[in-house]
Amino acid sequence: MSKEEKQMELVCPAGTPAALRAAADAGADAIYCGFANETNARNFPGLNFSPTELADGVAYAHAKGAKVLVAINTFARAGSIGLWRQAVDDAAACNADAIIAADLAVLEHAAEKHPDRRLHLSVQAAANSPEAIRFYSDTFGVKRVVLPRVFSVPEIAALNREIDVETEVFVFGGLCVMTEGRCSLSSYATGKSPNLTGVCSPPDHVDYREDNAGRLLAQLGGFTIDSFEKNTPAGYPTLCKGQFSAEGRTGYLFEDPVSLNAFELLEDLAKAGVTALKIEGRQRGKAYIAGVVSGFRRAVDGLATGTDAGPAIAALKTFSEGGRQTSGSYKKTWR
Amino acid sequence: MPTTAPALSLPPLISTLIAPLPKTPMEVLLTRFTRRLVARRPELLQRLGAVVKVPIAIVPDDMPHAFLLSLDNDKSSVEICDKDQITRAKAVVRAPFLVLLGLLDGTYDADALFFTRDLKIEGRTEHVLALRNTLEEADLTPGEFFGLSGRPAQWMNGFSGTLLDKAKRLAGNGSRNANSMEQDGQR
Ligand code: SF4
Repeated sequence: MSKEEKQMELVCPAGTPAALRAAADAGADAIYCGFANETNARNFPGLNFSPTELADGVAYAHAKGAKVLVAINTFARAGSIGLWRQAVDDAAACNADAIIAADLAVLEHAAEKHPDRRLHLSVQAAANSPEAIRFYSDTFGVKRVVLPRVFSVPEIAALNREIDVETEVFVFGGLCVMTEGRCSLSSYATGKSPNLTGVCSPPDHVDYREDNAGRLLAQLGGFTIDSFEKNTPAGYPTLCKGQFSAEGRTGYLFEDPVSLNAFELLEDLAKAGVTALKIEGRQRGKAYIAGVVSGFRRAVDGLATGTDAGPAIAALKTFSEGGRQTSGSYKKTWR
Repeated sequence: MPTTAPALSLPPLISTLIAPLPKTPMEVLLTRFTRRLVARRPELLQRLGAVVKVPIAIVPDDMPHAFLLSLDNDKSSVEICDKDQITRAKAVVRAPFLVLLGLLDGTYDADALFFTRDLKIEGRTEHVLALRNTLEEADLTPGEFFGLSGRPAQWMNGFSGTLLDKAKRLAGNGSRNANSMEQDGQR
């Protein structure tokens, strides 16, 4: 069976064991999650797994026919590499199906010590050329690469023609508009960034205030990032989604507070040779996981059966930041 | 664009009826069951991390009082106080009562409600997030909160589910969030 003919795998997020169970119950093919420390790029308070919780989660997912992929995808800090190595060893001991990593030292440790464990290249590695991807597959035996959210569908098709490894693309959830792993915007306002500490625009630097007119001011590190008129949809103060003043104009300089929804492009992505579809949102709750995973389950199955998943996907709009959605770079109209 | 809060708000009559009721017995009961829950499930405090001992105010928009919650092993407490007496709280969560209940058992998505402005947070956002994530994991059905198991737990969950449905109908239950989640059978 060719790459194009295979049903695409649905890779779903889980920030807690309860969310993992919700994803498995809703029909995820694979679930990605991480440990409760700096080794994963969703290091939020109250989120993530202990090794014991992960082992239980893997057993639950396997019983439901789903795989578990463990994200150890921040960049190891000099002098503290032990934490990242331990995370890789723990993931393997928990019988996780794959490790998602970006850092060369982490990839090397996983390839060396756990050669039978599948390795996926995290989006944090920002591998966006055939040469870079081939380097990771030749050197560490990486089997799949998660593509940065900066490609158009024809670009993904062209890339897939040149590489042998599987590709995974984001289809729903928060948008990170930069080539991931290379954005330090958050560091300027808070001292923390996704690459090193595992959080972009971290919640311990977030403040919401309502002014006298009922406008919600969303602040990050003491800077007002955006304001929302009374009774209009609001957003999280992610730095790149704020309003900035430049050259006499004020507006969304990098990105509007919108969320990705590539539902209408699923068929094109399948034709482009994509292996897996990723849903963003390890920081989101069970209701989001259950809703989005079951909607996309219907959508992916619908590609084979012809069932229309449109209404189920349309119902997901309330889960999106700002109540608005975009197909992002996949359908680049500005080039 | 209107928010969904008014559609999920209880009628003002309920608030008027509740206002004169004595607070102490309710406080004692809630505190006792919260302490028992925390003792039964120590992993919840672990997940809560730095938020242990931090007072968080839960303010139902359509109720006369606020709840001041502090989780800390055998010193956990739930105070019921006037809405202007929550200055001690490090973070405040505001929403209609039924929305808050739906967040407890995971029926509603906190982020979605925040985006649509049905849920408001003030103060230390990371504390609210840690509490939200811990509650998500707690799978806090009424039976679980009261420490019941087996048949009694099923009865309690069924009974409170029916009560909640009636309350939602009473409140109009026309919100976008409630509709989108429940029609899809995502509960
Ligand atoms: S600031 Fe924006 S582009 Fe940069 S890491 Fe955060 S979400 Fe991505």
